[in-house]
Amino acid sequence: MSSFLSYLINGISLGSVYAIIALGYTMVYGIAKMLNFAHGDVIMVGGYTVFICTSMLGLPPVVGILAAVVICTVLGVLIERIAYKPLRGASSLSVLITAIGVSYFLQNAALLLFGADTKSFQSVISIPSITLMNGEVNVSGVTIATVVSCAVILIGLTTFINRTKTGQAMLAVSEDKGAATLMGINVNRTIAITFAIGSALAAIAGVLLCSAYPVLSSTTGAMPGIKAFTAAVFGGIGSIPGALIGGLVMGVIENLSKAYISSQLSDAIVFAVLIVVLLVKPTGLMGKQIQEKV
Amino acid sequence: MKMKRTMCAAMAAAMAVSAAGCGNSASTSETTAAAGGSETTAAAGGSETAAADSGASAEGEFVLGGSGPLTGSAAIYGNAVKNGGQIAVDEINAAGGINGHQVKWIFEDDEADAEKAVNAYNTLKDGGMQMFVGTTTSGACMAVIAETENDNMFQITPSGSTKDITAPANVFRMCFSDPAQGTKSAEYIGQNKLATKVGVIYDNSDAYSSGIYENFVKEAPNQGIEVVGAESFNSESKTDFKTQLQKLKDAGSELVFLPFYYTEASLVLKQANEMGWAPKFFGCDGMDGILSLPDFDTSLAEGLMLLTPFSADASDELTQNFVAKYKEAYGDTPNQFAADAYDAVYVIKAAAETAGITPDMSVSDITDAMEPAMLEVKMDGLTGKDISFDEEGEPNKAPKAVEIVSGAYKSLE
Repeated sequence: MSSFLSYLINGISLGSVYAIIALGYTMVYGIAKMLNFAHGDVIMVGGYTVFICTSMLGLPPVVGILAAVVICTVLGVLIERIAYKPLRGASSLSVLITAIGVSYFLQNAALLLFGADTKSFQSVISIPSITLMNGEVNVSGVTIATVVSCAVILIGLTTFINRTKTGQAMLAVSEDKGAATLMGINVNRTIAITFAIGSALAAIAGVLLCSAYPVLSSTTGAMPGIKAFTAAVFGGIGSIPGALIGGLVMGVIENLSKAYISSQLSDAIVFAVLIVVLLVKPTGLMGKQIQEKV
Repeated sequence: MKMKRTMCAAMAAAMAVSAAGCGNSASTSETTAAAGGSETTAAAGGSETAAADSGASAEGEFVLGGSGPLTGSAAIYGNAVKNGGQIAVDEINAAGGINGHQVKWIFEDDEADAEKAVNAYNTLKDGGMQMFVGTTTSGACMAVIAETENDNMFQITPSGSTKDITAPANVFRMCFSDPAQGTKSAEYIGQNKLATKVGVIYDNSDAYSSGIYENFVKEAPNQGIEVVGAESFNSESKTDFKTQLQKLKDAGSELVFLPFYYTEASLVLKQANEMGWAPKFFGCDGMDGILSLPDFDTSLAEGLMLLTPFSADASDELTQNFVAKYKEAYGDTPNQFAADAYDAVYVIKAAAETAGITPDMSVSDITDAMEPAMLEVKMDGLTGKDISFDEEGEPNKAPKAVEIVSGAYKSLE
């Protein structure tokens, strides 16, 4: 029983990181209708920013986290302005290829700046771990921080979208860009804000990811990025609660199948579940069914 | 219809990304190539000057070549081999050379990449190499053995541990092979009664790690060791080990065997610590280097044991002398790769003296004379006493282990 709880907690911890990353994918997709594959690499930039601030400059962790959020937000807006905005009218394939190009650019720029050797990341989260069930189950501070951040972000984001003018504008743009323009919404500005929020989330995901698994290299964000993208599709891309559920379900399935079936097959099982879900519900768990007009 | 198209785009995207994922390592080595080029020439230039300084003439000297990654993520290994070999060559030259001939040491960067290793080998041949001390890493070595076999070039790899490297008759090995490391680890744990219940975590996407694991499991019953759990991970998900650790903990492991590289091992140690679990940890040569990982909290590695042929704190005169010279020349404590390269050069010297070869012989004639002579080598080196070689090209030497105590390697004798 205590082992099962441990596996479940590990799964939720991993799943919460996936969920935060998936939120970035899903927001950008929902509003700009594009897959921002550079998202995973923005996470890596966030990780390096904190690494430079805390390990190299010796600044307090809070400053590092703030710096990461600021730099990633600026980077996200810049990427959107330079690489994606000129392609607004182009086919989705062109934008996709550009996104992959940006991803490579960021990875190689990091390689050039920081070298290929893996950096050891000092955790910036100093919450003590708690033990449950007479010390049988241990919940680490990073896990607590991850789950709490995930919940706060989700609540904050939902409130922002439903309660503010900018949030309403985002919803409008996601439903119909043309009509939103006619209603006087500045579509370009709304998309830029979406990228800013998505990239700030990436910075937080970077901090949590690197604190939980303290190694940092130019490809740190690549694999979690792909897993989180899968989680976003799993939950229904474009849907914010979907990203959360997708991330958590993926993390839990991954860990439970590692624990009870086979550590070699866990990835295969996760993706098999994804395929089954998509066969039954092609838009993902929480995806919207769009009626086609003929 | 529209929905279908979105799905297609998503699938295409996923495929594109997985393809991009595969390309990652390639792009890594390509970027470092530009940086590597200039350093390689500088390095080659450096060793030439060293040879000129020692007064050797261009004719009548042996040219030993080596290759390994001087740039990129495995650079720590290649530089160690280059420096360790250089120290051995300098010592031999100061003592009068091999069979009265001076020795020249040339080294090329191969970035631990198969294709670049073949290029490096060809560059070394252009530089007049007669015997090859290389390559440093297994993957690159597998690509080069076909070339050396073709040329009948005598080759001894200091640290390429994949089993098949020594298949050609002209190739010998200084370190233990992967299977041998698995067997020797089980022997060491069993004979020193470190534990009877052992759990293993290994990388099933890596030949080095799975090779050791398979042979460890095969040998364990003979040593009275019960393998209570074997968990794996792969190159795609090598950051989260909590579930694997929990399973091994539940299975009652007293010792966890970690036959993989130190970057992942540092995460395993941290996560075990977070769980509040402290079994004994035991690693192989890939673990060597964990203390040099920047910013790594070395207290996590307290009590970690690893099977390594070399320990810089050993008190024998040979090791002390080598460590002192290495520190003076390169400002760093040598690791086992440096020691392997040092021993490999001395093995060549011992065999060359038995074979009575001279620099004016052709590469192929040298190899034909060296092969039988290698079987007669019996020498004490940094990586073991009474080192000898069998007909398969494998070394015979006793395994040594070190333990990490207060943030430093301490040899266990």
